Amino acid sequence: MYKNFFRYLISAIFLLGFSVNSNADFKVGFVYVGPTGDHGWTFQHHEGRNAVEAAGIKTTFVESVPEGADAERVIRQLAQSGHDLIFTTSFGYMDPTNKVAKDFPNVKFEHATGYKREHSNVSTYSARFYEGRTLLGHIAGKMTKTNTIGYIASFPIPEVIRGINAMTLAAQKVNPNIKTKIVWVFTWYDPGKEAEAAQALIDQGADVIMQHTDSTAPVQTAEKAGVWSFGQASDMQRFAPKSILTSIIDDWAPYYVERAIAARDGTWKQQDTWHGLKEGMVAMGPYNSAMGADLVKEVEQLQKDLASGKVHSFTGPIYDQKGNILVADGKVADDGMLAGMSVYVKGVEGDIPK
Amino acid sequence: MSLDISFIGILIGSIMASSVPLILAASGELITERSGVLNLGVEGMMIIGAISGFALMVITDNLFIAIVGSMLSGVIISLIFGFLTQSLLTNHVATGLALTIFGIGLSAMLGKNFVGIPGKEFPILFSSLRESIPFFGPILFGHSIVLYFAFALPFLTNYFLKKTKLGLVVRAVGDSPVSASNQGINVILVRYCCILYGGAMCGLAGAYLSLIYTPQWIENMTAGRGWIALALVVFATWSPIKVLIGALIFGGITILQLHMQAIGFRIPVQFLSALPYLMTIIVLVVISRDSRKIKLNTPTSLGRIFYKEK
Repeated sequence: MYKNFFRYLISAIFLLGFSVNSNADFKVGFVYVGPTGDHGWTFQHHEGRNAVEAAGIKTTFVESVPEGADAERVIRQLAQSGHDLIFTTSFGYMDPTNKVAKDFPNVKFEHATGYKREHSNVSTYSARFYEGRTLLGHIAGKMTKTNTIGYIASFPIPEVIRGINAMTLAAQKVNPNIKTKIVWVFTWYDPGKEAEAAQALIDQGADVIMQHTDSTAPVQTAEKAGVWSFGQASDMQRFAPKSILTSIIDDWAPYYVERAIAARDGTWKQQDTWHGLKEGMVAMGPYNSAMGADLVKEVEQLQKDLASGKVHSFTGPIYDQKGNILVADGKVADDGMLAGMSVYVKGVEGDIPK
Repeated sequence: MSLDISFIGILIGSIMASSVPLILAASGELITERSGVLNLGVEGMMIIGAISGFALMVITDNLFIAIVGSMLSGVIISLIFGFLTQSLLTNHVATGLALTIFGIGLSAMLGKNFVGIPGKEFPILFSSLRESIPFFGPILFGHSIVLYFAFALPFLTNYFLKKTKLGLVVRAVGDSPVSASNQGINVILVRYCCILYGGAMCGLAGAYLSLIYTPQWIENMTAGRGWIALALVVFATWSPIKVLIGALIFGGITILQLHMQAIGFRIPVQFLSALPYLMTIIVLVVISRDSRKIKLNTPTSLGRIFYKEK
């Protein structure tokens, strides 16, 4: 009886594999690091996927995939099951994506926020979130009364460090006495821990809270404590209507649609995309009227200047914590330096975890 | 940094708030384990409690119903565990693990429509006293009713186990179900009750997270707290008071390490992140060295299947 069972099972597996492979439909796969309902990072990627679907292209997604060995298994699974284009939407998927791409030269891969394109079928894309951080820094520098900005950081990768630096530089420009206090939580997503980190920063005197983690817990904690905060990745205003000054919003939809159509029509080419406020990949949520009309006007102007390129987030002179010059007076940091940023600028407290 | 006395009061207040889910879940599991049943489904029951509480709050707009409902949902899901292990005599460990996996999956499915809805503010008690009394104000006042209950629970549990007849019955069932059965105690019924009680407390612990601590629903929001509660019960050698101490140390070091980071201590952050686990184990091992007492508290038949021959 068991023999028969296994026979059926094996033939079923073969049939299944065959039916998937023979499917000529163009399909796009997405791998998410969090649940689609995080109302942050993954939520926004999922919105992008919805736009691809709305453009008439078939998609599938796998959510809450841990960075590491599991990721490779999932990406491989998607490649094997007939997906033609796969978006892997977290930094930690960088090596697994490249590894799988090597074995599936006919499948196209798009990796978010990474820098490795080891094979011709791997593209990378990211958004210049640091432009948004510059705006947050400007607002925070003006709004703080305690001159202390609290920053909840996830993992010590260039992306996160760049955000801390951009924010600090902008805040220093409007308020030279500013101090940035950083707490590393070593998770993208743990509401309880993020809330505790926010509370610790508030107790330590921060009256503006910023996060580079994905849940809405920090803004809610800020709302309860009566301090300012900023939404991350999506518009989190309704979670903390009084506290949120604005949100950095990631808008992946146009890019996803463009790339999916290119891959379907055979015009897809390897590239490294880094879009910002100008292209709309980074957008800002509504500004809180508590900022006052003057500051709103100022920030809107800065937003325009960042988009047009008149102002750059990293304009020299910029010094590191020890006082060594990073960017010379009058120069701006090039993309290579930004992509690999691994030191704090002057004015940030503490060390980067190794 | 201001290390004045009122600041320490605020700090202790937030440490207490963060240890509530651990105290509730661990106290519930402690009773379950003292009756000889090892339920590894704490995480699953907590997350079911979290989504049920939040969903009921959204639907009925009534926090009382939400809290009671979350406990009921914990009872219902632990009933599955009870039926499997007590009536169908399945293995406790495997069934408990299955319960956790089931709970996480089910809660994600149930919660699909409740993502992105802001929670409601949970009423806190004596908020005016909190502000007016330095140091003791933020420690003693301005908390939710669930916190006060959580802090009374270990003492009530201790009293129940040591001073009441029912507590004696639970311990007897956990130590020697055969003798208890020969004394005319319905072992299966007692164990059922203890399992359901554990489920109710875990449900409440989950609801504390989704209704009070971080008022919102998001998938997997318990983030492993159930497992920590489970470990606490063992390291506290099944003593309710030590569970309370362990939970406070764990919550305390978690929050202290965040403060140390914010202050800018030059200690590797990874070490700080591991500190809560390390310290909790060390302290609990040190305070429970007395092997005679450990023997007294350990439910001898923990995790063993009992059935009555008919």
